Amino acid sequence: MGYPHPSHPKETVVLSKYFGDAGARSFDGWVQRGGYEGLRKALGMSREAIVEEVKASGLRGRGGAGFPTGLKWSFMPKDVAKPHYLVCNADESEPGTFKDREIMRWTPHALIEGCAIAAYAIGSERCYIYIRGEFTEPWRVMSAAVGEAYAAGALGESAFGSGRRIDVVLHRGAGAYICGEETGMMNSLEGKRGNPRIKPPFPAVSGVFGMPTTVNNVETLAAVPHILVRGAEWYKGLCLGNPKSTGTKLISVCGHIQRPGNYEVTMGTPVKDILYEMAGGPRPGRTFKAVIPGGSSVPIMTREEAEEALFDYEGIVAKGSMLGSAGMIVMDDTTDMVYQIWRLARFYAHESCAQCTQCREGTAWTTKVLERILSGKGKQEDFQLLLDLSEQMTGKTICVLSDSCAAPVVSGIQKFRSEFEAYMTGSRQPSMAAV
Amino acid sequence: MTPRSAHGGHGTETVPHAPVFVGETRARLEGLFGKYPTRQACLLPALWMVQEERGWISEPAIEEVAGVLDLTPAYVKGVVTFYTMYHTHPVGRHFIQVCTTSPCNICGAEDVARALVEKTGCRELGATSPDGRFTVVEVECLGACGFPTPILVDDDFVEDVTPDKVAAILERYT
Amino acid sequence: MSDELVNVTIEGTALAVPKGTTIIEAAKQAGVLIPHYCYHPSLSSPAVCRMCLVEVEKAPKLAPACVTAVAEGQVVHVNSESALKAREAVLEFLLINHPLDCPICDQAGECELQDYVFQEGRAGTRYKEYAKRYNPVEDFGPDILYVPNRCILCTRCVRFMDDVAETPLLNVSERGDRAFIGIADAQKLDHPWAGNVVDLCPVGSLLSKDFLHKARAWDLDKAASVCPGCTQGCNVTIDTRDDVVVRIRPRPNLEVNRHFICDYGRMNYRWMNRGDRIEAPLLRDGARHLAVDWDTALDRFGQMLRGGSGSAVILASGRASTESLGLARKLLDRFDVTAAVQVPLGQEAPLPGIPGLALRRERAPNLAGAELLGYTAQWDSALGAAASASVVMVLDADLSAADESALAGIAGLLVVLGTVATDWLHRADLVLPVTNVAEENGTYVNRDRRLQRYHQAKSQPGMARPAWWVAGEVLSGPGPDADAPSTADEAFALLADRWPIFGGMGYAEIGFTGRVLPAGAGAEAAR
Repeated sequence: MGYPHPSHPKETVVLSKYFGDAGARSFDGWVQRGGYEGLRKALGMSREAIVEEVKASGLRGRGGAGFPTGLKWSFMPKDVAKPHYLVCNADESEPGTFKDREIMRWTPHALIEGCAIAAYAIGSERCYIYIRGEFTEPWRVMSAAVGEAYAAGALGESAFGSGRRIDVVLHRGAGAYICGEETGMMNSLEGKRGNPRIKPPFPAVSGVFGMPTTVNNVETLAAVPHILVRGAEWYKGLCLGNPKSTGTKLISVCGHIQRPGNYEVTMGTPVKDILYEMAGGPRPGRTFKAVIPGGSSVPIMTREEAEEALFDYEGIVAKGSMLGSAGMIVMDDTTDMVYQIWRLARFYAHESCAQCTQCREGTAWTTKVLERILSGKGKQEDFQLLLDLSEQMTGKTICVLSDSCAAPVVSGIQKFRSEFEAYMTGSRQPSMAAV
Repeated sequence: MTPRSAHGGHGTETVPHAPVFVGETRARLEGLFGKYPTRQACLLPALWMVQEERGWISEPAIEEVAGVLDLTPAYVKGVVTFYTMYHTHPVGRHFIQVCTTSPCNICGAEDVARALVEKTGCRELGATSPDGRFTVVEVECLGACGFPTPILVDDDFVEDVTPDKVAAILERYT
Repeated sequence: MSDELVNVTIEGTALAVPKGTTIIEAAKQAGVLIPHYCYHPSLSSPAVCRMCLVEVEKAPKLAPACVTAVAEGQVVHVNSESALKAREAVLEFLLINHPLDCPICDQAGECELQDYVFQEGRAGTRYKEYAKRYNPVEDFGPDILYVPNRCILCTRCVRFMDDVAETPLLNVSERGDRAFIGIADAQKLDHPWAGNVVDLCPVGSLLSKDFLHKARAWDLDKAASVCPGCTQGCNVTIDTRDDVVVRIRPRPNLEVNRHFICDYGRMNYRWMNRGDRIEAPLLRDGARHLAVDWDTALDRFGQMLRGGSGSAVILASGRASTESLGLARKLLDRFDVTAAVQVPLGQEAPLPGIPGLALRRERAPNLAGAELLGYTAQWDSALGAAASASVVMVLDADLSAADESALAGIAGLLVVLGTVATDWLHRADLVLPVTNVAEENGTYVNRDRRLQRYHQAKSQPGMARPAWWVAGEVLSGPGPDADAPSTADEAFALLADRWPIFGGMGYAEIGFTGRVLPAGAGAEAAR
């Protein structure tokens, strides 16, 4: 299958196997496709054994940070005297990323199964799936699937008769990018403003409702049943060279590209293959100019950098950016980079939670400087100003929202300086009224 | 019960405010209490319920929610204003959110937004059409970047919208 | 906090502090004040202003000193180049939307934004040609105005109301650079402790209407005092301008009131400025009073007492100092004395987040001190005893009409040591002008037996003297060899022989935060 395009031969289809297959949405349909075997198997294993299996698989968090999942689970305290919680991050708010949406829309039970296994493994009886408010369709599909899972006995007081209680509660966000940050999400779940929290304490010590908590991304959890069924060795083997990046990864490709969509590749696949073969390359008569490889928060890569990179955590870092959420925004030669960098800055200014000074004021100021440049009133000294602001917005705040605003600005100035200068010298017409 | 949109249209806030959390809605809210260790955690769901019933969240509704969940109105207001999907003012019968963030932006989202403003008669982003039928707002990323330009009309997600498709889409909403 | 000590070096000073201490607190002990806004020792620490960033050797990033605990061997540089640069940037960010209206801002002169910008901010702004954010001034409550344009969103006010007052009446509304401190339409910031948000605000964003445009900070004289509002004995600073009390603010005392006072205490100062004061000793001469000098008045007072016997009554204000109450009591030793202090009652108003801190029902700051000195709160029985007493001494008590008529028919001598002139005074045989709490030095004993000093904040009107001075002069008698106390400290020293609980210490030992008297010790030595 595949959605919206049939799977490409160069893809390694695990999570996306049933994308586009409406029959996979129901409980029975999922079971017919081999679903819930992972959960049944897990319920027969010890918690420690599950954690070890996931550790051995090399699975790393698919939300953006790439932290080893099994290791994260092992941080949870062993005694279960107080409630432990699993929170599934289904906020997918990073611009350029739309993979979790498809997992929830097409294979909701894959996620529920992964949640149930993870909950059991960390000693939690309850999993909250925090779905962003804008995801109306995934919400409807997930709601129906959770209902079915309860009715079929996969969830509830005794999951598949194991005597283990596993509850899954869907929680709807209401429009806030920062709730995709795990501590912001925990605050939001508690009925608060989605302000990120200072760490420590880390979630495994004091997370949601002050209890030990693990937060995992949708894609991470959806991969877990496969690891249990097919084994850690199999998953580890899905790797093209770098043993630190294993398994398959869904890449959301969007922007100026022939076939935007999600592509599932083995870690280590050349970015060039993804761009030109799977996603069909640039629009007719166009060439790529820039790629933002990991959602809007990571440094912009030039075409050359992107084409030389291997797609895994380390491969992208080697070319000066980050894998992030693997939302790949592709820009061709028609793109006004200054305008798009401004648009990203505006996004972060809109989404800043208002806690940290550098972020609250810096994102807005950065946006204004870029507006001034776009209106044709920019000056040479604005480069230094933008770089100074970015430096002070990097590594100085509670979360990385302001770092994320700075990343495209700094990389944009480094790599596309002439476009800024074109606005400053008047060789490019203003694209915005004076501010 | 037909699922209601979480925006606009179907209900109106009255003066004075008539309680939202009575009867079935009250029961729905109370049904959530067991799913969270605190009442406060039911705040976002409760606000969604208010918006489903009344189309927006008025100050008296904030006071009601505060009372039901044992919070203060100021606290609830701080939360309401944090989340952009809660309306603190009345909106049109149909609430249209159009994504103009970078991935959609480079694919022509601003043209879609302009077409929506023009065809609905809203005159500007954020405004409601004079006939009260539509409100069009720009939103930051709808999480469907592979289908530019996505829009949300009430709870209906519409992908791959281009300016020429706008008129036909609007016809479905009266 | 554990007993275990951790060795750290802060700005070159090596010191050992208990494990768990934050860098910002450890730095204070090293004599270094790390600039900060959102941090406050009596509030939770959200680490949002990012002003207290310091460099910690071997750490990958600058650390917020307010939430980073010290670690063994840690070396902290508060004023390293990177830390200074980061703080300069925070200040620049805080100023971009700030109106810079210091000339009309009440906070100027005691503004932490002003201070830190002066100390380590940029000379000029780079935020040029852009409009500043503007929001109108809001009326938050009975005494509080919010000026959003000056707000730096440190959220101290919100956290005080949430965590300390436990009444979340304030919020952060909206987000990003549109954020401001909000309040619900239905409620006002009228909590009995709400005024603290004005003190907590590090800038001129939350203002007291009572103090609005009354004085510039640099024109104020400050005196350490104790709130005369109730038996809690909160430590306060009395601010005066041109000898007029214009403001009362909390003075930190971690054992009594931490950093807070209630609004009742805060607003309870206007009487200190009353103009209708007794300014000279008045001696009865037939149907009228004659103003006399102190020597004459004291002489006469001494004669009255030396000749007397039988019973005496003291009707004292609950605001009278320990020294005044004690020496007044000693003065009447030859009589059989009934002594009472006035204890007005009101509503109790606790501050939930600080156990043991409340506006108390008993609105008499020295009730406990008076009791140690043999006074009781049985006002009515003392009034009753007055009828047959040879001497009735009224010590700055606020007499009600009923009290006045009860005293109308007394047979004995009536001596009033008073502050405020009233019609009723014409009944007195002798009227002696005394000072109020703002005009003298003295001590109070609070409900937890904490003996605390207060200091003179303004000059006394006319010839008024502290009541302890009056009593001390009469006690020592006339003549060049007399050894009357000339300071409150000396007056205090005269208490110990009769009330040993006050022994073994002087004003120096009591210090600025007071001293708890041992429990259970007898109030009055056996006669």
